[in-house]
Amino acid sequence: MLDLSLLPDGGVSWLDASGGYSDIVISTRIRLARNLEGYAFSGRARDGERLRILSQVQQAMSGVSDLRHGAMLRVDELPPEDRLLLHERHLVSRELAGLDPQRPVRSGAAVYLTRGTSIMVNEEDHLRIQSIHSGLRIAEAFNSVEGLDSDLGERVPYAFHAEFGFLTACPTNAGTGLRASVLIHLPGLVLTKEIGKVLAGLQQVGLTYRGLYGEGSEVVGNFFQLSNQTTLGRTEAELLDYLRRVVTHVIEREEEARKVLLRDAGYIIEDKLWRAYGTLRYARSLTFDEMMSYLSSVRLAVGLKLITDLSVYTLNKLLIFSQSAHLAHAEGRELTTSEANLARARYIRGILADDTGSTR
Amino acid sequence: MVCDVCKDGDAVIQLTEIEGTGVRLLHLCERCAAERGVETTAAAPKPQITDFLQSVHQAMQATQGDAARCAFCSSTFRDFRATGRLGCAHCYDAFEKSMRDLLRRVHGNSRHIGRRYEPPASTAVPDGGTANELRDRLRRAIDAEQFELAADIRDRLREME
Repeated sequence: MLDLSLLPDGGVSWLDASGGYSDIVISTRIRLARNLEGYAFSGRARDGERLRILSQVQQAMSGVSDLRHGAMLRVDELPPEDRLLLHERHLVSRELAGLDPQRPVRSGAAVYLTRGTSIMVNEEDHLRIQSIHSGLRIAEAFNSVEGLDSDLGERVPYAFHAEFGFLTACPTNAGTGLRASVLIHLPGLVLTKEIGKVLAGLQQVGLTYRGLYGEGSEVVGNFFQLSNQTTLGRTEAELLDYLRRVVTHVIEREEEARKVLLRDAGYIIEDKLWRAYGTLRYARSLTFDEMMSYLSSVRLAVGLKLITDLSVYTLNKLLIFSQSAHLAHAEGRELTTSEANLARARYIRGILADDTGSTR
Repeated sequence: MVCDVCKDGDAVIQLTEIEGTGVRLLHLCERCAAERGVETTAAAPKPQITDFLQSVHQAMQATQGDAARCAFCSSTFRDFRATGRLGCAHCYDAFEKSMRDLLRRVHGNSRHIGRRYEPPASTAVPDGGTANELRDRLRRAIDAEQFELAADIRDRLREME
């Protein structure tokens, strides 16, 4: 079984709630899509070609100082439960992990992991260089990937076009290859029913939103990933600055909505949030979606300072470690759905009791 | 818990309604929530790929036919239209007009103004590609039943070897 404790910081230093607006913004993720010149893109490449891509990348990586202390995992050699574990930890995409039955894991699929930064090899594009930071930290996250991208680009030839920029398998990523996403919690806008307007507005200004796990994932627990939709025709700095300004505006709208809720529905909101806390604190069985809904309420209660003895870090940890593959990993065996629901409730009771210093 | 409105479905959404100075709490099933226009379900991501593929279709009609083929990876424009993914970097040149049109539709622009890039001199691929690259191209051409192209690549491989 994969031992993620061997990874630098377990791969989840971004959970530590150290970044800006950390009660509303969980994390900032930036990724650059790059392809190597001389090979077909991963989806079209033959097995041998992808293995040569990996070997060329490995050779180049050995010279990059930032990566020397990291770990490289051959995703294609891992059993399905370990691939799911990496995906739940946001270290690899669903595609790289080969979690869709129609799209099994590709030969040569691998991931490099260092502190806060990772590089997926043989994803939709040959390289996906990404960095996740806690809270709203767009500039820092970009700095982390920019240096790595330059170092690697000096050692392997990227596919670059004078007019179209960096070339990617899907033209929606061409140009800068840059996607910046901010994972944000917007319960105030959902409860005041303002969220529809805000999301529609985002699309009008060239941004898009997704669920917790990125492309194609459902919105659960009022967590949204806001990101740039266009990648071409603007500089990296413009794309990032634009996203930062829009996200800052969304945060202000969320803060206003929270004030409205407290002012106009004070005791009802307070009751709802404490009930959610009570359920998480004492329930004996919880499905993931149910937990996410209660966790959303408790997170709001912490943001509103109704609950003061719980840290945002604890809430962030619950998001990751209460997922099925993580529970199975902690128990050291496969779990049925009902066993996972029991294990989830037990895990949450334990964490909340520890955090508040009370009994289980 | 059952839905407060239809008393039938499972309540999955808790709705706090504010009307004037009064507030009330409703537990709703997904259907009744949707009827009230609650945005939580509407907030599920929409399949933007559909719009994208429509743009692909329009770009194709505007410029060139489905059968256009990339000489490097043997993908056709039809393959791209079916999957939304290109076969290789050379496809951008092979379908240049369509791609320019498509990029304009998707991004509002086709000219990259971000970071410029020069590949490292030592790793530059010689004109026509390495033997390994040619072998990959040969296999793909055979897979795609592009026998004339395959014969041409085979001749170049022989010359190299």
